[in-house]
Amino acid sequence: MNDVFPLSKEELLKAYRTMKTIREFEERLHVDFGRGEIPGFVHLYAGEEAAATGIMMHLTDQDRIASTHRGHGHCIAKGVDIGAMMGEIYGKTSGACRGKGGSMHIADLSKGMMGANGILGAGSPLACGAALAAKKLGHNGIGMSFTGDGASNQGTFLESLNLAAIWNLPMIFVVENNGYAESTSVDYATAVDSYADRAAGFGVPGVIVDGTDFFAVYEAAGEVIRRAREGGGPSLLECKMVRFFGHFEGDAQTYRGEGENEYNRENHDCLKMFRGRVTDTGVVGSGEFDAIDAEVLAAIDKAVEQAVDAPLPEATDLTTDVYVQY
Amino acid sequence: MARNLSMKDAINEALDQEMTKDPTVIVMGEDIVGGSGSPGENDAWGGVLGVTKGLYAKHGDRLMDTPLSESAYIGAAVGAATCGLRPVAELMFLDFMGVCFDQIFNQAAKFRYMFGGKAETPVTIRAMVGAGFRAAAQHSQMLTPIFTHIPGLKVVCPSNAYDAKGLLIQSIRDNDPVIFCEHKNLYAAETDVPEESYTVPFGEANIVREGGDATIVGYGLMVHRAGEAAETLAGEGIQCEIIDLRTLSPIDTDTVVESVENTGRLICVDEANPRCSIAADIAATVSQEAFASLKAAPQLVTAPHTPVPFSPALEDLYIPSAERIVDAVRKTMAP
Amino acid sequence: MSEANITPVLMPKWGLSMSEGVLVDWLVDEGAEIAVGDEIMEVETDKIASAVEAADAGILRRRVGAAGETYPIRALLGVLAPPEVEDDIIDAYIAAYEVPADEDDEEAAASLYEFVDTAAGRLRFARRGDDGPSLVLIHGFGGDLDNWLFNIDALAERARVYAFDLPGHGQSVKTLEDPSLVGLAAALQAFLDAIEIDSAHLVGHSMGAAVAARFACDAPARVQSLTLIGAAGLGPAINSAYIDGFVGAASRRELKPVLFNLFADSELVNRGMVDDLLKYKRIDGVQEALSSLAAELFPGGVQSAQLAGQIDASGLSTLAIWGSDDAVIPAAQAQALNNAVVEIIDGAGHMVQMEKASAVNALILTHIFKGDATKLRPWPGIPGDGY
Repeated sequence: MNDVFPLSKEELLKAYRTMKTIREFEERLHVDFGRGEIPGFVHLYAGEEAAATGIMMHLTDQDRIASTHRGHGHCIAKGVDIGAMMGEIYGKTSGACRGKGGSMHIADLSKGMMGANGILGAGSPLACGAALAAKKLGHNGIGMSFTGDGASNQGTFLESLNLAAIWNLPMIFVVENNGYAESTSVDYATAVDSYADRAAGFGVPGVIVDGTDFFAVYEAAGEVIRRAREGGGPSLLECKMVRFFGHFEGDAQTYRGEGENEYNRENHDCLKMFRGRVTDTGVVGSGEFDAIDAEVLAAIDKAVEQAVDAPLPEATDLTTDVYVQY
Repeated sequence: MARNLSMKDAINEALDQEMTKDPTVIVMGEDIVGGSGSPGENDAWGGVLGVTKGLYAKHGDRLMDTPLSESAYIGAAVGAATCGLRPVAELMFLDFMGVCFDQIFNQAAKFRYMFGGKAETPVTIRAMVGAGFRAAAQHSQMLTPIFTHIPGLKVVCPSNAYDAKGLLIQSIRDNDPVIFCEHKNLYAAETDVPEESYTVPFGEANIVREGGDATIVGYGLMVHRAGEAAETLAGEGIQCEIIDLRTLSPIDTDTVVESVENTGRLICVDEANPRCSIAADIAATVSQEAFASLKAAPQLVTAPHTPVPFSPALEDLYIPSAERIVDAVRKTMAP
Repeated sequence: MSEANITPVLMPKWGLSMSEGVLVDWLVDEGAEIAVGDEIMEVETDKIASAVEAADAGILRRRVGAAGETYPIRALLGVLAPPEVEDDIIDAYIAAYEVPADEDDEEAAASLYEFVDTAAGRLRFARRGDDGPSLVLIHGFGGDLDNWLFNIDALAERARVYAFDLPGHGQSVKTLEDPSLVGLAAALQAFLDAIEIDSAHLVGHSMGAAVAARFACDAPARVQSLTLIGAAGLGPAINSAYIDGFVGAASRRELKPVLFNLFADSELVNRGMVDDLLKYKRIDGVQEALSSLAAELFPGGVQSAQLAGQIDASGLSTLAIWGSDDAVIPAAQAQALNNAVVEIIDGAGHMVQMEKASAVNALILTHIFKGDATKLRPWPGIPGDGY
């Protein structure tokens, strides 16, 4: 521990490495997708790294998260191997789901990652189930769902708030409010000013935090997660954040304001803000961050290389894994 | 030892025994305890028809009343199943799938395949099915074909108390999501049921009556209608073989094909609506695999392509009757 | 009706659970001269199909029952009468015949099986017969007391007969504390203790014969005689494909061909028999019980227990009965016994007591009443029961 931050130097370096890994993972996908090397479509998390990282720093493998279609950042922050992720995105047998899930369905239950999800809002009831299991099995784990500002209008999300409240589940609802549901502005699609206000209607405490500020997220998440673990019930954590890329790769983003992306990159880059704040205090030197940058880039190069080289699934794989084999 | 038990009591016993055997089994649903949080009796209902009555007294808060919030609690059951519990969620009427279907077909059904065989989702969703209860269009449907269409779901529909207990225990122990369909008009029907726990495997049809002239295939209540029809026809010297499918996913088409290879005639009875029904599926499979054995065109006896009507006069016409089955068999016997 | 010279042929009643049967086919024509023991018709119940042997001799004057039809027990299926009886007398007899109502059926069905708590756990048993010596029937591997369906009532005419389900079998406790011959012999002793039988004639089939023998050698004072039917424990060979198949079969399709090994006439294996066995195998604990017993008794497909020498040395009166076509344990293994009466019954398989019930019943009774002909009456002697 140091005097300036509530994290040790090792933790700070870990947080940076995680955020940097997410950033470079997504930047690399942006490039490779543009080159036509990746099948299907991907939703990139770049710009939102501080939220996933600041929250997941508090979790262990027995805590379960239900993610969204924009799940790469959650996966990385929850500890899913980036080689397995890249293999999955390339549709290869080396993938976390052996190529059967793809970008939108990466899961690793051993890491507590219940899956990215192509159905918006579907993760909230599932994570309530994880919280219920933790409670019934008597371990200290929690359930956590991620929804965007768009999916937070889903009935599943709202029903789950009520369920978690009446059963007093160790459950955190993270709302990642990046201002856009696909292309539709949150101002258009949501009547209330904040999702934290909405939580109050369900008897659930709600907290709003600047999702681009790692330290703010870290602190707020720590508080609600601690409360959940101690039997204090569910909370909603709304992270206001920015999305550097479009809804999906190929999105021309004409709905954005003039210069919006450039402004965000310049003024709301969570990674740049984190690095600046930490180096300013002298707790970590710039050179140490540079070294991490180099390691991260090398790791991602390697992940891509391995994914490209990995074998494609065979025809026989098409019909396996539908049912458990006895 | 075996004793006569109603299907309702057999289901209750299966839940009781599995909850006793396995502490990870929990049961949740609307009013499955009944009266939670109310000033009066807690454990007031045991489900709308009393199927889970008495379990709360033995297993306490492992039975959970839920809010009227099917998406949330069916989803929670699915999620809990991936996290070490074996939940049995009651959906009351299968018709209510409309408000929680995503959690069943996009989530529970997909996990295993979509996650590369690395996820197991041992959840059982119990629900009442079937017409004849004067419960009208939204509480009476036989929606089994909708679920059999979805890979990853197992679909079960017992016709009797023995099968109901064994199939439900198998469902709970099974590591895949199971849709367990209980025909409400069979709850009172009694058969010999062993006291011990036992399983009935999925994917094995039951030959409930042997005969060499025609094969009648059905499930749930229709097995009984087929039985009545077979009695009538036996009086005319026509011997029908009746096959109770028991499980619709996986489905035992081998037994059906073998039977048709012997009888040469196929009558598929289904309480579901006709288009893309179990009956249509069986007829197609047999036509493909045993065409040369068929002496007559397969006959389908199903509900009409209408919602379930309320008026008893209409509802009785809606449900396939023994008479219609008899007519269908006769049609296959005609020269 | 007082036609003393008219003898009815009735739908038999095989065990108390039977209420009706299908007359599958006649095996004799009208006018045929029938001797006692001739197979005259095939009957199928929901448990088993079997040929019915004539209980009485005479000329089959009329076939009343039609092939393929279902009849209640004791329904009139045929008429035996000498040639001098006029046709109209027979017609009148048929017209007047009423299936006797069995008012005791419900009560009898309730007492069909009993349960007793023993040192080996809760055991199911059936008892028949009011007097005579005690006779205990012990079924084989995977079997139950209904394996004595065609024997228990006939034997009960002359003895107090007990049949019970071994632990791990039938409807007895499914856990086997000691899955070995010694453990099963202890269960037999626990059963005898629980129902307070000091000593009994033991009749064992297959593995049950080995259990009887094991117990007899260990506690000869409690055994009056031994009848070993298709016995295990007399030689090394056993049809391991049958054992493995029986233990492993999970479906009707897998089990049915395995069961063909049990009978000389595979037609006896019907849907009801296969379904009943599957229902048994699917009860919690049964699979483990069968697997552990098979591993202990038949390791590597060879019988581990060799008891012939001990049986001979015990000096107990011993009868060995075998079906000539036994496909599970070869009949030649009876030769291991030097001090026993050996009877090989032609045309029967491993379940000889079912396939040739009347012959087996006669042999058992002859054996246990050996030397006391006054207690024997001419066999067969249970009118109306098909034997």
